[in-house]
Amino acid sequence: MLNMVWETEGLQTVGIVVLVCASLKLLHLLGLINFSEDSVEDELELSAVRHRPEGLEQLEALTRFNRKELQILYRGFKNECPSGVVNEDTFKDIYSQFFPQGDASTYAHFLFNAFDTDKDGSVSFEDFVMGLSILLRGSVQEKLNWAFNLYDINKDGYITKEEMLDIMKAIYDMMGKCTYPLLKDDTPRQHVEIFFQKMDKNKDGVVTIDEFIDCCQNDENIMRSMQLFDNVI
Amino acid sequence: MAAGVAAWLPFARAAAIGWMPVANCPMPIAPRDHRKRHDELIILNVSGRRFQTWRTTLDRYPDTLLGSSEKQFFYDEETKEYFFDRDPDSFRSILNFYRTGKLHYPRYECISAYDEELTFFGIIPEIIGDCCYEEYKDRKRENAERLQDDQDDNKDCKLPNMTYRETMWRAFENPHTSTMALVFYYVTGFFIAISVLTNVIETVPCGATPSQKDMPCGERYTIAFFCMDTACVLIFTVEYLMRLFAAPSRYQFMRSVMSIIDVVAIFPYYIGLVMTDNEDVSGAFVTLRVFRVFRIFKFSRHSQGLRILGYTLKSCASELGFLLFSLTMAIIIFATVMFYAEKGSSSTKFTSIPASFWYTIVTMTTLGYGDMVPKTIAGKIFGSICSLSGVLVIALPVPVIVSNFSRIYHQNQRADKRRAQKVQKARLARIRIAQTGSSCTGFLQSKRNDLLNELLELTGSEEEEQQLNKGMSLLESQHHHLLHCLEKTTAHEFVDEQLYEQNCLETTIQSYTSHSPSFSSQDGPIGTCCTRRGKMNSPLPNSSLPLQPSHQQGSLQELSALHIQCGDKLPHTTSRSSLNMKTDDVGLINCKGSQITTAIISIPTAPSDTTDGGGLHGPPQRRPPPPPTGPQAPSINTTASSNVIKVSAL
Repeated sequence: MLNMVWETEGLQTVGIVVLVCASLKLLHLLGLINFSEDSVEDELELSAVRHRPEGLEQLEALTRFNRKELQILYRGFKNECPSGVVNEDTFKDIYSQFFPQGDASTYAHFLFNAFDTDKDGSVSFEDFVMGLSILLRGSVQEKLNWAFNLYDINKDGYITKEEMLDIMKAIYDMMGKCTYPLLKDDTPRQHVEIFFQKMDKNKDGVVTIDEFIDCCQNDENIMRSMQLFDNVI
Repeated sequence: MAAGVAAWLPFARAAAIGWMPVANCPMPIAPRDHRKRHDELIILNVSGRRFQTWRTTLDRYPDTLLGSSEKQFFYDEETKEYFFDRDPDSFRSILNFYRTGKLHYPRYECISAYDEELTFFGIIPEIIGDCCYEEYKDRKRENAERLQDDQDDNKDCKLPNMTYRETMWRAFENPHTSTMALVFYYVTGFFIAISVLTNVIETVPCGATPSQKDMPCGERYTIAFFCMDTACVLIFTVEYLMRLFAAPSRYQFMRSVMSIIDVVAIFPYYIGLVMTDNEDVSGAFVTLRVFRVFRIFKFSRHSQGLRILGYTLKSCASELGFLLFSLTMAIIIFATVMFYAEKGSSSTKFTSIPASFWYTIVTMTTLGYGDMVPKTIAGKIFGSICSLSGVLVIALPVPVIVSNFSRIYHQNQRADKRRAQKVQKARLARIRIAQTGSSCTGFLQSKRNDLLNELLELTGSEEEEQQLNKGMSLLESQHHHLLHCLEKTTAHEFVDEQLYEQNCLETTIQSYTSHSPSFSSQDGPIGTCCTRRGKMNSPLPNSSLPLQPSHQQGSLQELSALHIQCGDKLPHTTSRSSLNMKTDDVGLINCKGSQITTAIISIPTAPSDTTDGGGLHGPPQRRPPPPPTGPQAPSINTTASSNVIKVSAL
């Protein structure tokens, strides 16, 4: 008997508690009462990150482009990325459009890391233009340095065979599958072997920056091809 | 290449420096930028409204009117602007396409006017962005339907030479086509109505005779109802068999919903015929009679609205499912709560949770029969919460269903989602064809052209060269140079699908015969990367020829690589000898430049019937059409008029 009384009374209490809570919540929802201090909805969360680059003069000083070239570059840049920064997905999209037959996303990922010098996950116009300045107007030493930086994925100063293999596979991925002769699975590996045979002078399995630069400077083909894009802008 | 990212091409080319240390072969020479590149503002005067934009913006899409040299036709020398006598409002969206790379369709615009503008400016409508594409397609379809309806009204749509079967099927599907079909339509409708009515009246209690108590009419006038039923079923059976006979695809017809309804409607009668006088199954037999009510669904052939309702329910399946699911959840919750709340009170109707389900459903749907009411206070509190929440839960999905129905009804939707999928695929395919026409296949095309260029340079025929160099903008040549560099880095080449499959075929079948021995010795002085290039198939010049079958077999036959010799003599003299030139000249060629590409020419084993050789068969649209060649014969022919010798490679 007592149990039954407790049961009914218990349930009654529960019912009343539920009612009270529900009405409080309803009032809170209607905005009539506020529970905590910071409940003011920060609905105006900051929209997509915007970025304005530094002035033309500063960029002119930092890079080797002149005013007009910077203007053209910025116009093109801003057209594709109105917010002023490129994130990795946009970067991959843009780069993939130049290689319709293959998959350029892996190589674009490595490129993105090479351009994003401050490692904040996005390439701003300054990063973009400084990278381009090295690539197009830099000395051969600087270009080789940049290339080494690209290959050295974990930025430890050594290029290992695994890193090179990743890069090589990314490059071969860009070709796609419709190639002549047919791409075999170990073609990248063979290419890496050739590369290491050429570059790794002391045969310690890694290529350091000095070995790399030395070897490239002695190779006529590479020297010539480094100058290939000097008149791109 | 999507020209919207043309601005990033310098970046892509700069990034190619990353490939340089890895490459083993020398890189091709970059295309020269002869023009002094000054970006100038272009004024476009469209019916008086002046638009201005950069020249490079328009150059992004070289296959449209504004991006190509076609706009020179509209150039006004005095005012130094391009004048177009077109609608300036539509021109806004077209110019925005160049600026942003996305084509939008403004809603206020008439669809046919917009289409005309697009055609004038050379833009394919498939490029319309996803945001506006639905609208565009809907309007286009409505327009097409309007035109179609106009046409249908005018013409007599009976096609000649329709078989009897086809006529019947058409008569069944569209009752308006002939009077016979109309008669049939009304007769079947009438009999469906009769059948349903008899089923209903069968159960009504007829007047009580003095002898027996009230019995339903069906048992009183058994014979009459039986005859009625038989007649109806006969008609339905005949109709079903006729439809089955006339259906273009019988299997498809048998699987369709309407025919299943037909079968279900007439089945019980036959089962009843079979198993009368069997006491045990008479109960089941009575249940089967329920299926007779399905005859009412046969009306959906006669009523468009009914079909739309059915379709709506099918398309709102997810909303209905959500409604059902949420209701079930709420029912279980509240039933449990009510059961425990009412457990204490005496003589309560809430004997178990499933028993409370009934109360919950009745309360949530606001029916409130009153056969079960809570007596405790807690029960009443929870009961009121239950009814309030019931209203909310049911009210939520219903407007969605209603709006769906109204939309479908108004649109008179015919195409179902599967057809929309096909259109999407077709559209994507068209865009891909139109755009990749200027990317990788453009690259492959330009490689052939380079080949041609080399030959022409060698043979010194300038006017042909100029013809071939047209239409290659600087942007394109730079992009192709980039792809060329990639080829050199990886020492592999891009080929198109067709060739790739052939190569796969060759390697698997192993029917790739060796090169003719006289040229295999050429492999010696050439570096490893270039040897691979040397074996490239390029029957592509022939792929544009109608001689496709011959080309297919030809490529599997004897193919050999030939380096183009830089012969000093004009080929039309002793060209055969020039082909057989010594290999020491080959080394010279390689040093000359990496632009020389290789070609495959099938060298006929019987050289006697030819007097000329060398040169390559160019794409037919740039030259006079080639004289037809036999499939197997090594046809080498000359044109006496030009200096260039044509060889149709087999």
